[in-house]
Amino acid sequence: MAEQIEASVAIATAVARCRPEVLCAYPITPQTHIVEALSRMVRAGDLAPCEMVNVESEYSACSVAIGASAAGARAYTATASQGLLYMAEALFNAAGLGLPIVMTVANRALGAPINIWNDHSDALAVRDCGFIQLYAADNQEAIDMHILAFRIAEQLSLPVMVCMDGYVLTHAIEPLELPSQEQVDSFLPPFAPRQILDPDEPMTIGAMVGPEAFTEVRYLAHLRQQEALDAIPALAQELSERTGRACGGLLSGYRTSDAALVVVAMGSVLGTLEVLIDEMRGEGLSVGALAIKTFRPFPRAEVAAALGGAARILVLERAIAIGAGGVLTDSVRWALGARQTPLHTVIAGLGGRPITRRSLRPVLEAAATGGLGELHFLDLRQDLVDRELARCRSSARPGPHAEAILREIGIVGAGPV
Amino acid sequence: MSAAADRSPQAERRDEGLRFYQTGTFAVGGRLLAEHQRTVQSQPRRPSSLTKGHRACQGCGEALGARYALDAALRAAGGRLIAANATGCLEVFSSPYPESSWQLPWIHSLFANAPAVASGIAAALRAKGREDVRVVGQGGDGGTVDIGLACLSGMFERHDDVLYICYDNQAYMNTGVQRSAATPPGARTATTEPLGGHPGNDFGQGKSAPLIALAHEIPYVATATVAELHDLEAKVARAMEIRGPRYLHLLVPCPLGWGSEPSETILIARLAKESGLFPVFEAIDGAIHAVAKIRRQVPVREYLRRQRRYAHLFADGGREDVIDRLQAAADRNIVRFGLLEGSAPLAGDLLGAPAPGELDDLSGAQAP
Amino acid sequence: MSERPFAITLEVGSSRANHTGSWRSERPEYVRRMPPCNAACPAGEDIQGWLYEAEAGGGGYHSAWRALVAVNPLPAVMGHVCFHPCEEACNRLALDEAVGINAVERFLGEEAIRRGWEPPSPAQPSGRRVLVVGSGPAGLSAAWQLALRGHHVTLRERSKQPGGMMRYGIPAYRLPRRTLDAEIERITALGVQIECGQRVGSLAYALQEGAFDAAFLALGADVAHHIDIPGATAARVIDAVAFLHATAEGQAPVLGRRVVVYGGGDTALDAARTAARLGHGAGSLPAPQPLAGAPGAQEDPGGEAPPAPQEPVVVYRRTAERMPAHPQELAEAREEGISFRWLSTIAAARGERLVLERMRLDEQGMPQPTGELEELPADCVILALGEEPDLTPLQGLDGVIGEDGRVAVNEAMMTARPGLFAGGDLIAQERNVAVAVGHGRRAARSIDAYLRGFAMPGEEAPEPVAFADLNPWYFTDAPRQVAPKLARIRRQSTFEEVVLTLAEDSALYEARRCFSCGSCFSCDNCYGVCPDDAVLKPGPDGSPYAIDLDYCKGCGMCAAECPCGAIAMVPEQT
Ligand SMILES: Cc1cc2nc3c(=O)[nH]c(=O)nc-3n(C[C@H](O)[C@H](O)[C@H](O)COP(=O)(O)OP(=O)(O)OC[C@H]3O[C@@H](n4cnc5c(N)ncnc54)[C@H](O)[C@@H]3O)c2cc1C
Ligand SMILES: Cc1ncc(C[n+]2csc(CCOP(=O)(O)OP(=O)(O)O)c2C)c(N)n1
Ligand code: SF4
Ligand code: SF4
Ligand SMILES: [Mg+2]
Repeated sequence: MAEQIEASVAIATAVARCRPEVLCAYPITPQTHIVEALSRMVRAGDLAPCEMVNVESEYSACSVAIGASAAGARAYTATASQGLLYMAEALFNAAGLGLPIVMTVANRALGAPINIWNDHSDALAVRDCGFIQLYAADNQEAIDMHILAFRIAEQLSLPVMVCMDGYVLTHAIEPLELPSQEQVDSFLPPFAPRQILDPDEPMTIGAMVGPEAFTEVRYLAHLRQQEALDAIPALAQELSERTGRACGGLLSGYRTSDAALVVVAMGSVLGTLEVLIDEMRGEGLSVGALAIKTFRPFPRAEVAAALGGAARILVLERAIAIGAGGVLTDSVRWALGARQTPLHTVIAGLGGRPITRRSLRPVLEAAATGGLGELHFLDLRQDLVDRELARCRSSARPGPHAEAILREIGIVGAGPV
Repeated sequence: MSAAADRSPQAERRDEGLRFYQTGTFAVGGRLLAEHQRTVQSQPRRPSSLTKGHRACQGCGEALGARYALDAALRAAGGRLIAANATGCLEVFSSPYPESSWQLPWIHSLFANAPAVASGIAAALRAKGREDVRVVGQGGDGGTVDIGLACLSGMFERHDDVLYICYDNQAYMNTGVQRSAATPPGARTATTEPLGGHPGNDFGQGKSAPLIALAHEIPYVATATVAELHDLEAKVARAMEIRGPRYLHLLVPCPLGWGSEPSETILIARLAKESGLFPVFEAIDGAIHAVAKIRRQVPVREYLRRQRRYAHLFADGGREDVIDRLQAAADRNIVRFGLLEGSAPLAGDLLGAPAPGELDDLSGAQAP
Repeated sequence: MSERPFAITLEVGSSRANHTGSWRSERPEYVRRMPPCNAACPAGEDIQGWLYEAEAGGGGYHSAWRALVAVNPLPAVMGHVCFHPCEEACNRLALDEAVGINAVERFLGEEAIRRGWEPPSPAQPSGRRVLVVGSGPAGLSAAWQLALRGHHVTLRERSKQPGGMMRYGIPAYRLPRRTLDAEIERITALGVQIECGQRVGSLAYALQEGAFDAAFLALGADVAHHIDIPGATAARVIDAVAFLHATAEGQAPVLGRRVVVYGGGDTALDAARTAARLGHGAGSLPAPQPLAGAPGAQEDPGGEAPPAPQEPVVVYRRTAERMPAHPQELAEAREEGISFRWLSTIAAARGERLVLERMRLDEQGMPQPTGELEELPADCVILALGEEPDLTPLQGLDGVIGEDGRVAVNEAMMTARPGLFAGGDLIAQERNVAVAVGHGRRAARSIDAYLRGFAMPGEEAPEPVAFADLNPWYFTDAPRQVAPKLARIRRQSTFEEVVLTLAEDSALYEARRCFSCGSCFSCDNCYGVCPDDAVLKPGPDGSPYAIDLDYCKGCGMCAAECPCGAIAMVPEQT
């Protein structure tokens, strides 16, 4: 039965039903509500046995999770943006050590300029750290993906990042279904670690490996992520049998089978896209959407298959690979292999800018007819850019662009950071 | 013949008063000692938590110190101990694939995060109700006083149940001997060459991790060296009796980085203490309560001249001025910590130092 | 393990597969080096060895004593009278004070007597017969060693009782006779036949008549040197050895009130101190002595009260510093009130007075007459000017007496005549009990080899361990224990022991002060300090350590931190 609930609290409840043993986090918007809710549960004794460690940094958060997981505890942490990058070194380490930590990333832009609003640049910046990355399209999926994440992580001995759009998802209050404790328990067995720090069976974890075996270590890590391509759909299927709804997976298509133009995207924008696609289909336009739910490992074959019938592809990116273009685009193109399907990259929603149907529609129409360039910035305020470029040309010491643009549009940085 | 076997209780008691090599504080063991007077290191079946086959340099003080400290901790924990290790020599020489020298459950994660990893282990054990298993975090001076200080401070402040051991060899050895915040003034490292009038590492820099630890008012802070095993083991044992964050700062000479004879590692550690340059003390609940007195005082010169990292102080012309400043630093420690027999630390100078006369003498503290 | 991640997670202790011993250019080796005390001990004792046993206390005393008597049958005697050159050589002197080796030896010797410890059992009888002439320490030592090696020993002694100068020279206040008797008894218990009152007049004859396979001569040296004192009557001049001999036999001569002793050796001091005791009423003491401290041990000699005696005066031609007597003896003599006339010779006697001539020392330290004369009242003069051996029994043995009129021996203690060995005061430059015991033992070893047809062992002298070879850090400061002394007032008139035996705890304490120079004493340092965990401690306490050469990198820490210099670093053969 659905209940009206703030998504962050729902996520916290879902995590709690997974019976974590060690929680650790450092506050950063927009992750805070999740952690606060969990903290309340631990303090109240509703979540026991469980230790909540209020660390002094995200670096420590991930490190505490590493220690806890290596000692055989189910460990969870959450972060976003700057915090995720502050953890960067530890992320690679947790993955390298094969520790099944589950982490929520409340996706948020990266500074400078500092910005607390949503985009995917944080998670995508660490896409190769070795974590499995799941992207939730909506909050119900986010809830289910957390339960799935613990199961995937522990089955494969790999850490999992559940990415959900900051604010857009985390702060929404909506009716959500929380899997019951019984449902979770029946799906998620107690943690049986692949390796454990235990005086009864001592082992050395975290050896130094030189050129003689490093490639093999990495290759094996890659293989293990490939295994996840089989495991994730199977487990998602298993969970959905219990919940009676779709619960994540590798990807999902929306009216793609006969679509000439397929929009590829990750995260909450898919809801917007689906409505738009329905509208456009009504107008006779052959459009579909492909949601990438598992970005790491990248489901190359599945993406290739899903895009098999598309005449044109538009990749809607919520991040920018500065100096290159789109991050997801590269993976999609790689999935297409030798196929020369025309492909457009649209950069949208950076730093919290809303992605609206009104803005998207003309872009999709242009793409469908071949009138869109290879790289397009949705809703780019060209006037602002032009004026700043002109100012730069006229002045010897123009100062930072960003600051100048902000001044230009009268925004004085706001809100918690 | 087994002499100890046929000894009367009176003889035992009388021996408690005899302070000799066999029954005193200094040697590792001795056939005449009663069981409770023996070091862990003297046990025929000691844990050897860091065992043979590791790749440390000849005479490595860190390898020795780690075995000393962890064996003692293992004994105190009844063998139920887990260690989290920072990146650094100790980690590299002990665990290169495919061989590990560790004999206890051990994890290496990163350079800066050993205290946090240890906290995580402790949290896991607490959650699992396995608090019989104890946790040690450890790292080099760089991993501790520089890059790892934030994690360490967090671990202290949160009151996590971890004994953290810093193996202080006074520089970043594993990367080829660069300066750390624990490098002493006057010492040459790869980044503090005595060029352009610099005396080696400059004066007026660096920090004391033990005093920083003390400022956290954690239940236990101590310094020790590999030269005094009884003292070291007693400190580890005392630390292990306590729950909560504990800090042990262990001076471990590094023949490679210090340019000393591999055979002189222990001698050099001893001279560091006997010259006053490295004060050996113990603090409980934020107040220093015992110092190891200097037994045979030596001028700092005696200590310096055995190490090539100070060779420029003695080479043509020499740097008497630098040696004098180092002597002054030692003299200051001697007064500040009350290192000479019959003296006490300056009240008020050190954080929480007790009034003179309230101090125990640690030198030969285990002496029966 | 298959479940564990590849390469990142490793098996504990797997580094044992990595044999770091290949890094080594030098290897540590356990050695036994010569301790300076042993090197300095004329008796050849393994001092460090028996101190090591003794420092265990309890049962350790017995094993220490057994180690001791394997070399020296007279530990209690030596504990009383030896001048302990070992202590002068002791490395502990460089730290605080020498180990009280002699006092511990005495404690062990007395402990053995008190507890009646049995002598070791001798080897299978060899069927060989050896004659030993003279039952002083040299003869007794040789007899003991020979008997232990299974030979049949006949010991002939001229005097009524065995012991040589230990009985008839050294006064009872320094060596109680019951101690001497007890140790000699143990020698006879081993099967040595001592035939007292049997002077060997002709050795050649004795050898032939007794069909001996070999012989050891330990005749001592008791023919006193004489000088003529113009104007002195023979009755008022007596030589020290004769005086002491008579006193020891209970027939002390009457000396008068004012006794002058002439000479500067230990014998002079013993004579003076003995005379002092006689003058104060000890009288002609019966020997052996009753138990020290037993009430009524000293009777007044009776008769009319003698005039108040004066303390004896020792006249010596050089100074106190140049006196051959041992400083300790001098100190004790002074404590007992003996006075000294330094830089003086006796020029003549005039009635009840002696005429002394003042001397001065030249650059070489030799006394030169000054012509200045003075007088000293004297009822009697005791001459203590040295002794020489009586060689008459050796007549008829070709080549045994050299051209210089002395008996010469080779390294093996054998004279020019095969099978005939000699030792002790008879041949020694340095005359003392320890030298005599050492000679006896060395001769016995040679005789044994001679009888069995083996090469006779030479005496190798390895370099002793120096203080610099030790690591003195490990030795705590431990001031020497001083043996208690008899109160001065009692020393004036009795022959009770002046220096008493150490109490058990003090002896143990002294034993433990030993550094164990050059020999492992199982302190576990090497086992502890190896950063490579490459020292093995295989067995229970006291069993030897071993270096695990598969892993030892040769850093040398074990050698550097060995307190006693018992590990040497030796280059690897490449
Ligand atoms: C007064 C005095 C005090 C001394 N004090 C000390 C001291 O404190 N410490 C110390 O170490 N040394 C001391 N000495 C020296 C020490 O006693 C001698 O060096 C030692 O006894 C020599 O031993 P020996 O066996 O060679 O000779 P002796 O002890 O002299 O024994 C020789 C024995 O041979 C016997 N003998 C001789 N000729 C014959 C024969 N033809 N037939 C049968 N038997 C014969 C003699 O009767 C005698 O018993 C002292 C000596 C004297 C005189
Ligand atoms: C984040 C990070 N920065 C730098 C390094 C490189 N690094 C590895 S070990 C080391 C020096 C270690 O010094 P210390 O902690 O004093 O230990 P030691 O090797 O001297 O025992 C450095 C700088 C690293 N591994 N990680
Ligand atoms: S460099 Fe120094 S600390 Fe590192 S292994 Fe060598 S001796 Fe030990
Ligand atoms: S310390 Fe012991 S072994 Fe060394 S010289 Fe003295 S008694 Fe002999
Ligand atoms: Mg270091």
